[in-house]
Amino acid sequence: MESPPNAFEMRSIVKRFPGVLANDHVDFSCQVGEVHALLGENGAGKSTLMNVLAGLYKSEAGEIYINGERVHLNSPQDAIAHGIGMVHQHFMLVPSHTVAENMVLGLNTPRFFLNLTHVEEQVKALGEQYGLSVNPRARIWELSVGEQQRVEVLKMLFRGAKVLIMDEPTAVLTPQEVEILFQTLRDMTKRGHSIVFISHKLDEVAAIADRVTVLRRGVVTAAGEPAKGTTKAQLAKLMVGRDILFLIDKKKAQPGEVVLAMDKLCAENDRGLPALRDVSLQVYAGEILGIAGVAGNGQRELAEVLTGLRKPTSGRMMFGAIPLDSHTNWMEVGQQLAHIPEDRAAVGSVPALGVAENLILKRYNRPPISTRWSINYSAVHENGVRLVEQYKIATPSVDTPVRMLSGGNLQKVILARETSGQPKLMIAVHPTRGLDVGAIEGIHRLLIELRDQGAAILLISEELDELFSLADRIAVMYEGQIVGEKSPEHANLHEVGLMMAGTKVDS
Amino acid sequence: MKLNGTNYRLRVEARLDNPRWIGLASSVIGVLLALFVGGFVLKAAGAQDPVATYKVIFKEGFGTFADWQAGVNALATNTSCPKGKLCFGPLSDTLVKASPILLTTLACIIAFRMRLWNIGADGQMFLGAWAATGVAVFLLPKTTDRWIMLTAMGLAGTLAGVAYGFIPGFLKARLNISEIITTLMLNYVGYKWIEYFVVVGPWSIGDFESTGRFPAPATWPRLTENAEKYPITAGLTVHPGIFLGIAAALLIAWILYRSRWGYEIRVIGNNPNAARYAGISLARNIILVMCLSGGLAGLAGMNEVAALRELNGRFSRGYGFTGVIVAWLARLNPLAAILVAILFGGLLVGTKLIQPQGIASMLQGVILFVVVGTELLFHYRIQLEKVEAVMVQKAEGVS
Repeated sequence: MESPPNAFEMRSIVKRFPGVLANDHVDFSCQVGEVHALLGENGAGKSTLMNVLAGLYKSEAGEIYINGERVHLNSPQDAIAHGIGMVHQHFMLVPSHTVAENMVLGLNTPRFFLNLTHVEEQVKALGEQYGLSVNPRARIWELSVGEQQRVEVLKMLFRGAKVLIMDEPTAVLTPQEVEILFQTLRDMTKRGHSIVFISHKLDEVAAIADRVTVLRRGVVTAAGEPAKGTTKAQLAKLMVGRDILFLIDKKKAQPGEVVLAMDKLCAENDRGLPALRDVSLQVYAGEILGIAGVAGNGQRELAEVLTGLRKPTSGRMMFGAIPLDSHTNWMEVGQQLAHIPEDRAAVGSVPALGVAENLILKRYNRPPISTRWSINYSAVHENGVRLVEQYKIATPSVDTPVRMLSGGNLQKVILARETSGQPKLMIAVHPTRGLDVGAIEGIHRLLIELRDQGAAILLISEELDELFSLADRIAVMYEGQIVGEKSPEHANLHEVGLMMAGTKVDS
Repeated sequence: MKLNGTNYRLRVEARLDNPRWIGLASSVIGVLLALFVGGFVLKAAGAQDPVATYKVIFKEGFGTFADWQAGVNALATNTSCPKGKLCFGPLSDTLVKASPILLTTLACIIAFRMRLWNIGADGQMFLGAWAATGVAVFLLPKTTDRWIMLTAMGLAGTLAGVAYGFIPGFLKARLNISEIITTLMLNYVGYKWIEYFVVVGPWSIGDFESTGRFPAPATWPRLTENAEKYPITAGLTVHPGIFLGIAAALLIAWILYRSRWGYEIRVIGNNPNAARYAGISLARNIILVMCLSGGLAGLAGMNEVAALRELNGRFSRGYGFTGVIVAWLARLNPLAAILVAILFGGLLVGTKLIQPQGIASMLQGVILFVVVGTELLFHYRIQLEKVEAVMVQKAEGVS
């Protein structure tokens, strides 16, 4: 069978960022009517490549052909004029405007008089045609994230996009919404559209893509392989360049004494509503206690209470023999309690400060880093160099501002800071969210190592896979309560899933 | 952006890195651009030749090379400044102006570093001037030793500034009331406070709206006091206030880059959430930094009255706001602030003779405007590139 023509073809694209070769002579093409997945770790150059195609970045070298014709795409307007539209990870919509108003945003036509009713009809028709139903008069802020994504897709179709680039479209969606999206994408390919699907999730790629191209550190490691007939393990290997252990091999936990004990803890959320209801848990030295639960069931408040960022309304917490109820006692616990916060950029790090300065955030005020008044910057530097080496943090220098680091490396900076102080207790909140396979594996290893050194670890995560492979016990939270506890060996996903949905299961 | 009539276009791309030279470049280019824009205003105000006007401003503010040469010669031979030459006169006047500016600039820098927008340095300076005057004229005897007197005045001025900075700091820390509003409003309270004491009321001598000349120990020793021994110093009013400013700049630099407290300030300024997470108290630091900021401005007030040798109803407003501009121009770097403050002192001295009198303020405003603008520009990379034969089509909807 003759293969369909290429919708576009990128040849030998080179794109450089300061200190990084993001795309190193990358070839990539997409046939008419296919879903072509672009797979790779964070920072592999997927989004960069597609931003070049969408006219947002200018490549240093390389050529782009659309329908066989050489083109120069210097702006998103150029790209869309050639039928290429990109749906970004972060939506480019005006929240206070309606769907129809967002459609015409940035268009040069009409010049003066805007016939919104006409636009609304068109949007409606397009929506019905593609199964992307949204009310054209709804304001963006009224829509769910899934609906907003539909608006973005519609916007591109409205502008005549034949090729649709979806940058990690499922990251923000619920499983049901993902199903709907996949159905839409399939429909679109039947109508002759081509989809570039950027992802680092192997399951999704297997579910939706016709062909897969894998990028690793800016280089193509697999070009246009058929998705059927390629196993997850093969793809993972192409992505990271080595075999990934999907099941972490770890020794059986050797629980010691209780490190953290919670007794009927209650707390309120930011709106003053009860978020934690009588939470009683013990975390032992040398074990990982996983907290499972759908987001927004009190996990955040639990982590904040346990790290002193939020005051409980009632109940007690004990760190060993120290009751965590006064400032003095919190200070005494100090570095023995480590915390990987949920939001590494907004809470866990100081973006404009260098790697070395971020690494001392939790002990800038004690020796050997500082004396009574001043900070010993040669000690800061040495500490930075040592930890960068030990935790294999990829950074141009220890003085590089951490906002220049990738998500995985930033998380490593935080982990290095939090674990290097030999903590007795670690509260890890979504430690691998948004990271690629290689980085996830590294972080899992570090957590297990920490456990084997005798630390107690409380792991809050939404990824059941992560909990099942890491945790020694799993407690499930629902509406601020612990609804049950399971050991991963004696539980299955289905059971835990039921508990997360609020069904009590005998433990 | 296609350049009409050429085959070239400008391409604007966000810059991902921010090299160190950008700060310096945008300050320098900002000043040059401001002078350029200011030239048009000068022209509109009736100047025949704006470049000549700038030359006059520079000459008045810093002197010429010939002036300095004559000054050095006179110094070597221990004679007075030859007739027709200015020698070190302009430089001396400039340093006199620069010292309060440097102190208010440092007050702004330390606060701005923590994103505390203290625009009340002017009012804090007024309170400092008031307190120093109180100590000098009404508290200590006229015969007090000069350095004891000046130290006491400095302490009083600083403390008054600290107290005046504490008010907005406390309101911000405890009740989250915007320091922008409170510090701005407290400026006017400061002006009225002085007005009450020296125009209306108790500290004025008769109807002179002035406390009258301070006792000698309460004034800065000036270089000109040595004129009998060293004739070259005749008429030079420069005083040790500039050293006070430089010492303060060194202290602030040490605090910011070497001390524990400075680390806390930089962390809070960049990411208050991370600071809270690291256990750094925001409320405490807001109050402390506002106190330090106010204290520096208060010291500027003491410095100014000790130089003016009296407190009167015409005590000059505006140094606190000049401090805001100089702080930005110096990129919130306390050491760069020394140089920029001296340049601004020169600008103020140099424009004294220029009519209309608003020229100096106009230039200051334009400089701030352009510097903030160019900084934004430098966050983008601008490239000139050749346009090849491409169809640059307009985007169109499905219609």
